[in-house]
Amino acid sequence: MRYISNTAAQQREMLATIGVGSLEDLLAGIPPKARLSRPLALPPAMAETDLVRHLRAMAATNADADSHACFLGAGAYDHAIPSPINHLILRGEFFTAYTPYQPEASQGTLRSIFEYQTMMAELTGMDVANASIYDGASALAEAALMAHAVTGRREIALSRGVHPLYRRVVETYGEGPDLRLRDVPLGDGVTDLDALRKAVGDATAAVVVQYPNFFGCLEDVRAAGEIAHAAGALLVVVADPVNLGLLTPPGALGADIVVGEGQGLGVPMSFGGPNLGVFAAKRELVRRMPGRLVGATVDRDGGRGFVLTLQTREQHIRREKATSNICTNVALCALMATIYVSILGKHGLRRVGELSTAKAHYAAAELAKVPGVRLRFGAPFFKEFALELPKAPERVVKRLLRDRILAGVPLKSFDRTMKQSLLVAVTEKRTREEIDAFAAALGRAVA
Amino acid sequence: MTETRPGYDKLIFELSSPGRFAHSLPACDVPVEDPAQLLPAAYLRGTPPELPEVSEVDVIRHYSRLSQMNYGVDTHFYPLGSCTMKYNPKINEDMARLAGFARLHPLAPEAASQGALRLMHELARDLAEIAGMDHVSLQPAAGAQGELAGVLMIRAYHLSRGERRHKVLIPDSAHGTNPASTAHAGFTVVELKSEASGEVDLADLEAHLDEDVAAFMITQPNTLGLFESRIHTITELCHAKGVQVYMDGANFNAILGITRPGDLGFDVCHFNLHKTFTTPHGGGGPGAGPVGIKSHLAPFLPTPVVVERDGVFALDWRRPQSIGKLQAFWGNFGMLVRAWTYIRTMGPDGLRAVSDNAVLNANYVLKRLEGDYDRSAPGPCMHECVLSARRQKRHGVTAMDIAKRLLDLGFYAPSTYFPLIVEEALMIEPTETESRETLDAFCDAMIQIAREAETDPAPIHAAPMTTPVRRLDQTLAARQPVLRWAPPPAAS
Repeated sequence: MRYISNTAAQQREMLATIGVGSLEDLLAGIPPKARLSRPLALPPAMAETDLVRHLRAMAATNADADSHACFLGAGAYDHAIPSPINHLILRGEFFTAYTPYQPEASQGTLRSIFEYQTMMAELTGMDVANASIYDGASALAEAALMAHAVTGRREIALSRGVHPLYRRVVETYGEGPDLRLRDVPLGDGVTDLDALRKAVGDATAAVVVQYPNFFGCLEDVRAAGEIAHAAGALLVVVADPVNLGLLTPPGALGADIVVGEGQGLGVPMSFGGPNLGVFAAKRELVRRMPGRLVGATVDRDGGRGFVLTLQTREQHIRREKATSNICTNVALCALMATIYVSILGKHGLRRVGELSTAKAHYAAAELAKVPGVRLRFGAPFFKEFALELPKAPERVVKRLLRDRILAGVPLKSFDRTMKQSLLVAVTEKRTREEIDAFAAALGRAVA
Repeated sequence: MTETRPGYDKLIFELSSPGRFAHSLPACDVPVEDPAQLLPAAYLRGTPPELPEVSEVDVIRHYSRLSQMNYGVDTHFYPLGSCTMKYNPKINEDMARLAGFARLHPLAPEAASQGALRLMHELARDLAEIAGMDHVSLQPAAGAQGELAGVLMIRAYHLSRGERRHKVLIPDSAHGTNPASTAHAGFTVVELKSEASGEVDLADLEAHLDEDVAAFMITQPNTLGLFESRIHTITELCHAKGVQVYMDGANFNAILGITRPGDLGFDVCHFNLHKTFTTPHGGGGPGAGPVGIKSHLAPFLPTPVVVERDGVFALDWRRPQSIGKLQAFWGNFGMLVRAWTYIRTMGPDGLRAVSDNAVLNANYVLKRLEGDYDRSAPGPCMHECVLSARRQKRHGVTAMDIAKRLLDLGFYAPSTYFPLIVEEALMIEPTETESRETLDAFCDAMIQIAREAETDPAPIHAAPMTTPVRRLDQTLAARQPVLRWAPPPAAS
């Protein structure tokens, strides 16, 4: 049997050693009425060649970013993934290890996480970053719980510029501790600061803004922070770290906690998961942080080494009083990001931001030249923008699929007032040729 | 482990050399390139982040060297109890990397994502069959998130019936995530004492079952590696009081095709795809923690649910009683592809053989070691066995010492000090993918350590000697946390 090493002869010898006659004897502790009396009703085993053929055909029905020009964003981005990442993460010593419970035999994982924490702290402009969390949305939910724990307050003032699916995850996680979400509306594509001022008070645990926000627009993070801090609330900023090579880091704008989706840092889109939840905070909040932390220490001979630390925050020690229920991190995705940031380096990440910005602005200008099409918002934007279309975006998207263009994300399902809007993302990978083809196809689709 | 001390001691930052780089980015092919012309100055970073400047060769060599500082299943026997460190098939990786899966955007139109949605639908159906459940949500990112989803569904169920039950009963032998997830879902956790055998104390359970109790949460087989033989009585007692029963599926590798949680009366159970279904542990995630439920909980499933109508697959969002979302998108899809591949590779007979051999291997290890280590319970075990090092402790050798000595002898260590109810616990889970030869080598090492404890404990106390670092100062790390690299102060 594949993946099972014992031969039939060995099984017999082992049973003899144990002193039983059959495998059934070992299962005697399971009462007969608990036993399944038939084989599982599953498809029969497939040979590898058949399986590969079958799955290839299934995968081929999907419109992926290799076969199509991908202008989809809204929380997952088609940034380039340098080749070394896949080669390195597939090394079995990384790939098939687990949580570094025995640090002496896990220094590779621990060191790479320590590097990751440093990189995320640098990019976000914060003092400390944890070893990662599931994804950007659950990282935001954990930040809301942490703000509640730190301030003892229950209200979360959440800008409408925060990813709507993130908001839903905050609602789910907020159910137990009874957090209350207060919506803060947008002005012209960015948070309405007057409305924010009115929404914030002495019950506010945190103000949450996204930077750039869900619609690609750049928020006035500093002003949001001043409003939060004047009320004694924390400022939580949702930011995509791939953008922070170019943009002023949230830490320099008053953020107390920075969370975000790190998928753009070398992690495949993979239909939305696994992802990389980034979580960073100010030093004074570290003992309230969720998730794992790796710290430097010394070994018995005085040599440098790394361990999981401050574990008294965590569930395996603190149980129901833990800061979070999270058990692992997403170590392999964090490793991808660490290798990505090493490859892009100090200046390359800025260049990714510059290219994405330049191409996004070119695309916005070209697409807005199509008769009947205009930019939805006037606020400055980064690599993503909303268009207002003269026809239903769902139909336009369907039409452009024929030209092998993934045109964007229709916004109606996120916000009923945005029936005519399409969210378009442009990364450094898109070419002028693809953008021009998109504009031409859009022209035909809305004519 | 190709290195012996003194080994490699660099961080990527320490290889940095100004002007060196490893990236290959396209030229700008649009007219306006300068961000200062496109964005207000206040948004542009003044100073670059302090990131490494290294070559591609530096990157490859550094991370290859770091990898050599790890033990993994591909290089070492990894008997970490409760973690099911089995072989991770390579074909799974090839399939997860097919462009149609790996390069698919989560918000691609449904009509253009049919293959991915079909795979999710089929996997959910197969997991439901394996567990005897009516529905499975694939959204939870890990076991702990599956637990959170499960207890939130239970909470929503009771509330929908106008019942405000606020307590959840959890045995003292449970994984720490059980009480943590339950508390985060807003419940009060009540810990139940286990019997000496590790099984549920029925009288104590019955005494605690009242109308404030929302759920009883147990691991089956339990964390001592034993099947709770009175499980039908337990689920019947709970149901009679309106209490939902949750199964922590951490130990599913013991029961594939042998017994099904749904048939035992469980209302909810989660799966750890990174344990039973061979997705890689990756040094600590990403995993995937689908959650299975009985139909009375279906209205509360996380949104969206993958549905099929006339051969067309779609994401169904119209579920007004749903507990909501757990992560931004639909689940850890890459892990779902791997699990689907594994289930199709094995088929029903193969999965049954998995559990048979997992149980055989664990009992073989137990038999070989029971003369030298104390057992935590009598009788055969399921897929893992829990030993106690209390005999060795009399000679000053603890479970942790034994773990460190095993590293020197070429094995990763068992889980130690868990479950909490066993003194000096050593929790050994060999899994079905290990051969008798490997198990014999491991047992020989364990017996050698037991002898050393009695006669010559010096190598135990000195261990580990062969790893890249020796025993590490955990107290220092916690007292003076250094959580990031900083450049050395410039020489003045």
